[in-house]
Amino acid sequence: MDLFLQQLLTGLANGAIYACLALAVVMIYQAIDHFNFAQGEMAMFSTYICWAMIAGGVPYWIAFFATIIISFVGGLAIERIIFKPLHNAPVLSHIVVFIGLVAIFNSFAGAIWDHNIKTFPSPFPDGSFGGLIGLHEVGMFFVTLLLLLAIFCFFRFTRVGMAMQAAAANPDSAGLVGIRVGWMLALGWGLAAAIGAVAGMMIAPIVFLEPNMMLGILLYGFAAAIVGGISSPGGAVAGGFLVGIIENMAGTYIPAIGSELKLTVALILIVTVLLFKPNGLFGKTIVTRV
Amino acid sequence: MSQLLDVKGLEASYGPTKVLHGLDFSLEQGGVTTILGANGAGKTTTLRAISGMVTRKGAIQLEGAELTTLQTADITRKGIAHVPEGRGTFVRMSAEDNLRLGAYSRSDKAGIAEDVERVYGYFPILKQRRNQQAGTLSGGEAQMLAVGRALMLRPRLLLLDEPSFGLAPLIVQELFEILKRINVEEGVSMLLVEQNASLALELADHAYLLETGNIVISGTSESILENETVRRSYLGY
Ligand SMILES: Nc1ncnc2c1ncn2[C@@H]1O[C@H](COP(=O)(O)OP(=O)(O)O)[C@@H](O)[C@H]1O
Ligand SMILES: [Mg+2]
Repeated sequence: MDLFLQQLLTGLANGAIYACLALAVVMIYQAIDHFNFAQGEMAMFSTYICWAMIAGGVPYWIAFFATIIISFVGGLAIERIIFKPLHNAPVLSHIVVFIGLVAIFNSFAGAIWDHNIKTFPSPFPDGSFGGLIGLHEVGMFFVTLLLLLAIFCFFRFTRVGMAMQAAAANPDSAGLVGIRVGWMLALGWGLAAAIGAVAGMMIAPIVFLEPNMMLGILLYGFAAAIVGGISSPGGAVAGGFLVGIIENMAGTYIPAIGSELKLTVALILIVTVLLFKPNGLFGKTIVTRV
Repeated sequence: MSQLLDVKGLEASYGPTKVLHGLDFSLEQGGVTTILGANGAGKTTTLRAISGMVTRKGAIQLEGAELTTLQTADITRKGIAHVPEGRGTFVRMSAEDNLRLGAYSRSDKAGIAEDVERVYGYFPILKQRRNQQAGTLSGGEAQMLAVGRALMLRPRLLLLDEPSFGLAPLIVQELFEILKRINVEEGVSMLLVEQNASLALELADHAYLLETGNIVISGTSESILENETVRRSYLGY
C-alpha cells in the first residue's frame, strides 16, 4: 500500500510536468490547428535564457517573467518571419520547418551554453510534503493549475481569445468578421512559446538543464494532450496527470515494462485514445448536422 | 441613385486558372442586385473577389475607395458583410457567440447588445438556440445565424452566396421576406448570388447573368424576367 501511494504521488509529480507542457501543446493547437513539434526545443531554449539571466545575477522571479516575455516575442517572431511566408504551402513544408526548428534550437543551445548538464533553481522551498512528494512538485502542480485557469479565462471570456479560436477553426469566416487571421496565428505562437517557457522552467529543476531535456517529455506532453482532448486545456491537464500515473504504475507493476520501456506507454496511450476516442477523454465532441 | 460599389475589369484566378475574365458591374446604394448563373459560372468567386479571398485584378471601388489593395478583415471593416457559401458558421461555438464574433470589429458594447436583440427580432428561433453549438442547428437555422452574424457588422453592403441552398421552400420564403425587410427597413444594400433565378429576381431590382466568368446579360429584374435566354435556361418556361 505504501508503495502504491508512493507511486501514485510520483506519477502525479511527473504528471504535473506533462500537464504543463500539454497546455502549451493545446495552446498552439487552438491557434494553428497543428502540433508544433518544435515546442519542446523552444521551451528548452527559453529555459536556457532564464538560466543565463540567473547565472548573470538576475533575481529568480525577474528572470522568470522576463523569460516569459522574451519567449512570447520570440514565438510571435517565428510565426511572422518563418511561417507567414509559408502560409499557403502544403503541410509537408510546415513539418520540414518544424524539424528544422528542432535542429536549430537544439544545436544553438548546445553551441551557446555547451552540452554539460546544469542544475536549475526552483523557486519553491527545499524539502518534501510528508516525505512523499517534493515541495517543488507541489508548487509546480499549483503553477499548472494557475496556468490552466488563465488559459481557460483567456479563451472563454476575452474577445481576442474567442477570435483566436475562430481563426483556427475557420480562417475564411474569421476574416469575414474582421479578424486579422495572420496576427491571431502569431499571437498563438507567442502564447504557446510563453507557456512552454513556464513549463521548461518548472521542469528543469527536476530533469536538469541540457539541450535534450525535452526529448522524451514532449512525447508525454503530446500523449497528455491527446488523451485529454486536444481542444480542451482542462482535459490536457487531466490527461497529463493520468499519463503520469499510468506510466509510473505500468513501470512499477508490469515487470516487462520496467523503467526502460516506459516511453512505449506514452505511444500506446496515444494510439489507443486516437483509435477509440479521437476527441480525447475530455474533449468536446463536435456535432455537425449536414 | 449614386453607386455604392463599382467593379471594373475584375479578373480572378485560382493558381494558374483564370475564372473571372473581366467583369464590369455596379451596385446601387440601397438596392438589391443579383448575379445569376449556373453551377461553376463564377458567382462565388465574384463575391470572394470583392471580399479579398481570392487572387484578383481590376478595380473594385466602394464609394470611390479602392478595395483590391485591402485584405479581407479590412474590407469587412469598411462595412461589407459576406454570408459565404455553405454558411461558414463557427460550428463549435454557441449561436450567440457566433453573433458576438460578427461584431468583432466594433467596440460599442451597448450597440452590440442591442444588435444581438435586433437579430433575435428578425430570427426568433435563434434566441431559443442561443446557447446551442452552431454545428447542431438545422440548415435553415444555420443560414439565419449566418445572416444574423453578418448583420452584427452593421453593414452597408451584404453579400449573400446562395442563401436558399439546401433549404425547404417554406424556410426559403421566410428567409427572403426577412432579407427584404432588412433591405427596406435598414437600407442595407445587397448583392445576392443565386442559382434559383425566379427567387432572386423577386427580391432584386437589378440582375446580371454570369456564364463561365463573363457577364452576358444585365438589366433591371423586369427586363431580365422577359429575356428569352434567361427564361428558357434559368427560369424553365
Ligand atoms: N478553390 C478552387 N480552386 C480551383 N478552382 C476553383 C476553386 N473554386 C472554384 N473553382 C473553379 O472556378 C469556377 C467558378 O467557381 P465558382 O465561383 O464556385 O462558381 P459558382 O459559385 O458560380 O458555382 C469553377 O470552374 C470552379 O471549378
Ligand atoms: Mg457558388
